[in-house]
Amino acid sequence: MPKIWTIVDKEWAEVFKNRLVLFTVIFMPILFTALPLIMVAIGSSQADMGDATDMPASYLEMCGDLTGSACFTLMMVNQFLLLFMMMPLIIPVTIAAYSIVGEKTTHCLEPLLATPITTAELLVGKSLAALIPGVLATWLSFGVFAVVAYILVQSPELLRRILDPMWIIAVGLLGPLLALAGINVTLMVSSRVSDPRTAEQTSMMLILPLLGLFFAQIAGVLLVNAQVMQLAAVIMVAIDAGLVYLGVRVFQRETILTKWK
Amino acid sequence: MIHTENLTKKFGDRTAVESLTLDVAAGEVFGFLGPNGAGKTTTVRMLTTLIGPTAGTATVNGFRVGQDDTAIRRCTGILTETPGMYDRLSAEKNLTIFAHLYEVADVKGQVEKYLRLLGLWDRRDDLVGNFSKGMKQKLAICRALLHEPAMVFLDEPTAGLDPEAARLVHDFIEEIKTQGRTIFLCTHNLDEADRLCDRIGVMKQRLITVDTPANLRKKLYGRKVVFHLREADDALLTRVRALPFVKEAQRVDGKLIIGLDDPETHNPTLVRLLVEAGADIQFVGELRHSLEDVYLSLVGATEDNHA
Repeated sequence: MPKIWTIVDKEWAEVFKNRLVLFTVIFMPILFTALPLIMVAIGSSQADMGDATDMPASYLEMCGDLTGSACFTLMMVNQFLLLFMMMPLIIPVTIAAYSIVGEKTTHCLEPLLATPITTAELLVGKSLAALIPGVLATWLSFGVFAVVAYILVQSPELLRRILDPMWIIAVGLLGPLLALAGINVTLMVSSRVSDPRTAEQTSMMLILPLLGLFFAQIAGVLLVNAQVMQLAAVIMVAIDAGLVYLGVRVFQRETILTKWK
Repeated sequence: MIHTENLTKKFGDRTAVESLTLDVAAGEVFGFLGPNGAGKTTTVRMLTTLIGPTAGTATVNGFRVGQDDTAIRRCTGILTETPGMYDRLSAEKNLTIFAHLYEVADVKGQVEKYLRLLGLWDRRDDLVGNFSKGMKQKLAICRALLHEPAMVFLDEPTAGLDPEAARLVHDFIEEIKTQGRTIFLCTHNLDEADRLCDRIGVMKQRLITVDTPANLRKKLYGRKVVFHLREADDALLTRVRALPFVKEAQRVDGKLIIGLDDPETHNPTLVRLLVEAGADIQFVGELRHSLEDVYLSLVGATEDNHA
């Protein structure tokens, strides 16, 4: 364990000196927390935002006895709450891309691998260094969102639905699973490229299913509810298991040294 | 300290190292020479357990490569071809990280010791990215020694350094040699190998030869004595050639170059003969071939054999 934390310490000391990484880690949580809060604030300040009958049928079912205005606010907030699932993907991918490609460009991997550290310790250290800031930033942002929403929202019914346990599952469980997938993909992509931006952009393809979910929900094609979240979590566990397996196979010392150029 | 038996490494169809059988004694400075792509770095990587051999066996400090890899990494230090330091971190932070990874007991103390030894203590808080190549190389040497390894692998330690920095590195290698550490030195710098190494191995996919620099010269060129004369004529050359202990003799620009098996025994006789023959001897010395001549002869001969 001490070696894992040495790697984490090293990664943070190095990667957080990169302005782009720092910008992503600081700016994105602020933006992604502000957007749903703006929706909450607008919803709370407008007495009548429209007729509930204009909503997709699936939403009307979800809203139950909420007023039309509250139902509209819930729908808008729910769209933006999906951003809390993108955050744990984007931040770790950015960190991992710079951390891995950085080792390649500075030729630091060989002396690092010559120490008594095991490949597993190195991989876990690098993964944690990327995972922890992403997940913590997401949880912190969601916490801030929950507190401010609690202050702003007058209707207890609306507040209960906004802070639905579904989102706790999404942010608390699905977020880290997405982050893990993102890191694994980044590690594998990084072994083939020499530019962190290429690694980052390629790994960001993982965000496409989330964007699909985002737009499907806006279009009323799909309603993100507890069942969807549970199904997504199960799928992500399977995907993560496969990616970890692949990642360990790719990360052989010899492969790293002889093919990472 | 190092023992290899038919150590072989293949990358696909390409053989990087073929049947390397080698012994390096404890406390020895062993020079590993060879052209680019000869398999020197691959050998170092196998011996430091960074890559596994395709065939053959190797032990380092009594530990078997492929079985006791962690133990080998604990007792070896490596200076890689490129220093590979974290440019965004300070010199002290760089060394502290590696001291932790090498499980050094007194991290702070060891880091300070080596930073002071190599004259980097005053720059310990500076980012390594601002260091010159020589300073980075010195820092990389510190890193290789932080855990006081019994065996140190140095891959091109003075490549790209200015003469002053190279001298400092040479002096430091000599100093760590006096501490009884075994040093495996890969280099293209033949003067460096000549100056520092007890024995030299010349490699080109396979090991061409291993010996001390002096023995390599003797094997290839024999021992030759140069007599600088005011005037050397054919008659003198004929008289010298007639001596039973003279292996060969030639006249070059007023000098007689005479091949002898045992100059210490036969030089006095030769001097007497030349003086009696009326030669004015200005200077006598041993003809010393550079290690470069030896190296090029060995590598060239291998190329001829392959052709």
